[in-house]
Amino acid sequence: MDTQNITLLEGREKQVYEKKPGGAEIDIACDTTSLSGSVSQRACVFCGSRVVLYPVADAIHIVHGPIGCAAYTWDIRGAVSSGPELHRLSFSTDLQEMDVIYGGEKKLYRSLIELIDQYQPNAAFIYSTCIIGVIGDDIDAVCKKVAKEKGIPVMPVHSEGFKGTKKDGYKAACSALMKLIGTGSTEGISKYSINILGEFNLAGEAWIIREYYEKMGIEVVATMTGDGRIDAIRRSHGASLNVVQCSGSMTSLAKDMEEKYGIPYIRVSYFGFEDMSKSLYDVAALFPDRPEIMEKAKEIVRDEIRKYYPEMQKFKTALTGKKAAIYVGGAFKTFSLIKALRTIGMSVVLAGSQTGNKDDYRRLKEMCDEGTVIVDDSNPVELSKFVLEKEADLLIGGVKERPIAFKLGVGFCDHNHERKIPLAGFVGMYNFAKEVYESVMSPVWQFAPRKGGLS
Amino acid sequence: MTTVTKEAMTAKAATQNACKLCNPLGACLAFRGIEKCVPFLHGSQGCATYIRRYLISHYKEPIDIASSNFNEETAVFGGSHNLKLGLKNVTQQYAPEVIGIATTCLSETIGDDVPMILKEYKALMGSAAPLPVMIFASTPSYSGTHIDGFHAAVRSAVMTLAEEGPKRNLLNIFPGMISPADIRYLKEVLNAFGIPFVLLPDYSKTLDGGPWAEYHRIPPGGTPTSAIASTGSASASIEFGSTLEAGKSAAGYLEEKFGVPRHHLPLPIGIKASDRFFATLEKLTGKPMPEIYEDERRRLVDAYADGHKYVFGRRAILYGEEDLVISMAAFLSEIGVLPVLCASGGKSGLMKKRLLELVPDLEELGIKVKEGLDFVDIEREADELQPDLLIGNSKGFAMSKRHELPLIRIGFPIHDRFGGQRLHHLGYRGTQELFDRIVNTVIEQRQNSSPIGYTYM
Repeated sequence: MDTQNITLLEGREKQVYEKKPGGAEIDIACDTTSLSGSVSQRACVFCGSRVVLYPVADAIHIVHGPIGCAAYTWDIRGAVSSGPELHRLSFSTDLQEMDVIYGGEKKLYRSLIELIDQYQPNAAFIYSTCIIGVIGDDIDAVCKKVAKEKGIPVMPVHSEGFKGTKKDGYKAACSALMKLIGTGSTEGISKYSINILGEFNLAGEAWIIREYYEKMGIEVVATMTGDGRIDAIRRSHGASLNVVQCSGSMTSLAKDMEEKYGIPYIRVSYFGFEDMSKSLYDVAALFPDRPEIMEKAKEIVRDEIRKYYPEMQKFKTALTGKKAAIYVGGAFKTFSLIKALRTIGMSVVLAGSQTGNKDDYRRLKEMCDEGTVIVDDSNPVELSKFVLEKEADLLIGGVKERPIAFKLGVGFCDHNHERKIPLAGFVGMYNFAKEVYESVMSPVWQFAPRKGGLS
Repeated sequence: MTTVTKEAMTAKAATQNACKLCNPLGACLAFRGIEKCVPFLHGSQGCATYIRRYLISHYKEPIDIASSNFNEETAVFGGSHNLKLGLKNVTQQYAPEVIGIATTCLSETIGDDVPMILKEYKALMGSAAPLPVMIFASTPSYSGTHIDGFHAAVRSAVMTLAEEGPKRNLLNIFPGMISPADIRYLKEVLNAFGIPFVLLPDYSKTLDGGPWAEYHRIPPGGTPTSAIASTGSASASIEFGSTLEAGKSAAGYLEEKFGVPRHHLPLPIGIKASDRFFATLEKLTGKPMPEIYEDERRRLVDAYADGHKYVFGRRAILYGEEDLVISMAAFLSEIGVLPVLCASGGKSGLMKKRLLELVPDLEELGIKVKEGLDFVDIEREADELQPDLLIGNSKGFAMSKRHELPLIRIGFPIHDRFGGQRLHHLGYRGTQELFDRIVNTVIEQRQNSSPIGYTYM
């Protein structure tokens, strides 16, 4: 088979690891930029900033540059809002050749004034794209000027695509948020309060999580950034705890808030029964002076699991022994998915992420079974090779991975920004199991070449 | 036309909900239609990834696009090193016969001289192993739209590969950015006429293919390089695209360089435009239209009669690429639907002029033709024009929802419906499909809004 001949690119060997008995220690060379000419599944700095800030729904998001970056991120995520929906619009300064030659500051200024007048947002985020870093527009100055004139925060986001990786984009987004935090009043915020960080309200997931915490008697000050509101972000320094999901994107913000405002943070995940329960218990444990919070957490876990358990057993019976490959953005999600898949009887044969760090990969190795392949910043050729070699029945990834799975006759679950069904929370675990079941067990795969069908 | 005109027209500085995509996307799509070719973007990683994602959501096929992966050093010192390394890596991993290189706003702005870098690369690699053919298209995203990138890539493919030779019985066809189903239809038509032809670019298989037993680094299909080489000795070229000027087109180059006559036609949508296309084929082959297409045409004329009352007087807003909008407007005019607004994010400056050639009474009919529009502009127009239908790509959905207007999805991208790659638009068959869909949309609306609920409409 052709896959036998696939060689790893020179310079990629260190980003692929197979767990074997007596094998070498894991030392994945992650945190590097992608190799030129490799078809990386990663995006760029701009993408990192854009995904983090995108769900802030009462701000306008203006992409400063030629049209592409704004066009490709228009209404791209399933991040929903309970009120304003400015985030679903796409604004671009749409720079033309003359703007590139003479500079785009004036056009940015005019665009900002015009859009703020038209949409009356509570803030504006201005994203620099690649060429802004080259033509040298002083977007900070323009933002400052407009903020003064219009009386709303106008935040520059330094997200020039080439200036690092997606992670640097996260940082740029977090530093824009950091400038907002602390500018609102914290009056009336309960001692038993948290911020939910790294939850983007895809398909309404933040609402599900928020409801659990509120049932426990905890006040949620801000979710960053799912169903996000500028005023909530501005007063989020009044919360007692930051609860961080999606470690890659938001840990830096949590650290900054800890340093500046003394707010401790914990890392959680809302995927799978195990991690979801833990994320409620972990928060409750930090408010020991009010034991009813823990009592309530236990009650929620008990009720929710009881609700979904019978159906889950049905899925488990069908899926036991099936194999999954995981390739998602952040490594932290991979941990949860491994556990969630075990809940429904599935093993993991490939686990990888776009942006994991060394600690993540060490932990991943500990969690995985023998024979599992671990990859960092992989590409379609590699992913396919391992999916076929390891005879995976399911691939979990994003839109870019979906056609790879389907071409090869493998089931697929979208666990990325574009999902439309909530996968977080207890109900999310049920939805996840159902989606996996429906894809893996579909009769259509009987025609796939790997099952003996014609290619 | 310049930006000034656009701004005078819309009085807006920013583009809101663009009705266009960027230049490199079109180039990547065109390169995907060359056999054993890997598209390669010279710029940041994000460009390749976003464009892949965007194309995948329409075509539902793996689309590998390599990137030279700019970092800060590259942006300061130039992209030469990254480009060369990238080419070497792509060659190693994909073993391509062709690498289709397109620039981005970044590499264009820092002024990378790509042809020079490619020359250096070839010299560097020596003659040890045969290098892939390198086709280069300059596609800065700060000028033009995805359509310009598409045509730049096709023209560049021909400029790189076409060879002079004694004229032979061979027809070139450059159909522009059409659906895989349309490409298959054109190939079927040309085969039925029995004339040897080269169709470029042919992504009918690479972007709408079968299941795989193993991962294909490059999907099977596409126009072979040998076929592109032969375009220089063809007896004629047919090129679709009303606003596509010879100076920017593949057929234009072949005519100028090798004397291959260019037959420039609008996209054949509707009976009149399809007749023109088939008449051109009859003239070039010396053969009459094959009976199966006579039949297709007869069925279409019959369907027009059967369905005319449903559509007559309906008002439609059309938007998308200029050439698609022009041909669609001409088609709507022949079935009694009034295209009250013909809008595009493109700005060739030729749209109205070309549409006038097809619909000479457009002023009297009150048809507005506007270039350089975005969806906020189009929506404002919709408030005033009170259309019954929207016809265009998926990006009009938000507008259709807000205005409670049915949206008939055509062209690219269609990422909120299934099967966009299999929609026909061209010839009698494509027109039939479009006509059926338009009529059914009207019927469905009438049925749904009727309190009686007729089962015969």
